[in-house]
Amino acid sequence: MSQFMETFLALRDEKRFADIIAAVPYARLMGVACGEDETGELLFSLPFAERNVGNTTLPALHGGLIGGFLENAALLHLMWNRESLEAPKIVDFSLDYLRSGKATTLYAQCEITKQGKRVAHVLIEAWQEDRRKPVAVARAHFLLSTPS
Amino acid sequence: MTDLAPANEKLLATAGALFVSFPHCVTLGMQYLGNVGRKPTLKVEWRDDLVGNPASGVLHGGVITSIVDTCSAIAVTAHMTELETIATLDLRIDYLKAATPGKAIYCTAECYRLASQIAFTRAVCYHDSPDDPIAHGVATFMRDSNPKPMLAEGAA
Repeated sequence: MSQFMETFLALRDEKRFADIIAAVPYARLMGVACGEDETGELLFSLPFAERNVGNTTLPALHGGLIGGFLENAALLHLMWNRESLEAPKIVDFSLDYLRSGKATTLYAQCEITKQGKRVAHVLIEAWQEDRRKPVAVARAHFLLSTPS
Repeated sequence: MTDLAPANEKLLATAGALFVSFPHCVTLGMQYLGNVGRKPTLKVEWRDDLVGNPASGVLHGGVITSIVDTCSAIAVTAHMTELETIATLDLRIDYLKAATPGKAIYCTAECYRLASQIAFTRAVCYHDSPDDPIAHGVATFMRDSNPKPMLAEGAA
């Protein structure tokens, strides 16, 4: 566990975004990218790819894929903003779908609502062309430490 | 209600095959294993490109989200006599314990209430038995979410 976290923190300090994504196999498979916005906050993006489609007749991004993208964003956002050598463990994840995901880039940004000793709460928002029209909003709880 | 036969056996089989044929489900290698009554079961084999934590080899939570979403949607179609387009309204996953690296994940879902506009579902993910779950999911679906049919006329 800490080997991965050591690698992650080293990559973070050098802002090697592509290498961070490359370290998480499923994030790489989805085609996730990340970087910083103008205020220095992490911004995640998922360029459209055919393999991420659910309902092909619309077409719309698969709901599970949107969930995976947001959950991944929450985890990386939390790891990015902490100094711990322990990887947070997801406890629960709740997702509201507001609009269907169109065949274009999906963005996500997170906010740590609360970070306690044992548990953190993270809000996640996803949108496409217009940030005021979110595709999905989600929240997750993470366990931050293992009982000693 | 859960012991009832599917409202339309042929439609459920068609929907099961259709939903796992969607590109993202193919990417994950999702398989439709069939149904017991109105409860469908799906499977995703462990694969190294689906891992979320490279240190432990545990599958990414997104795989769980996708299998729960897909299996729950199929469970809704088990109550339909004619296929209608449905869309996930919300979804919550409780991660009960870490999945075991190297083991396939199964998901069994049921729709426990089909109201006129909303369908309510619950699902469990497990390796060996639904009595020893690794994750639990609840979801709601909007019925008749799009006038565009998912299947050609008369396919089920």
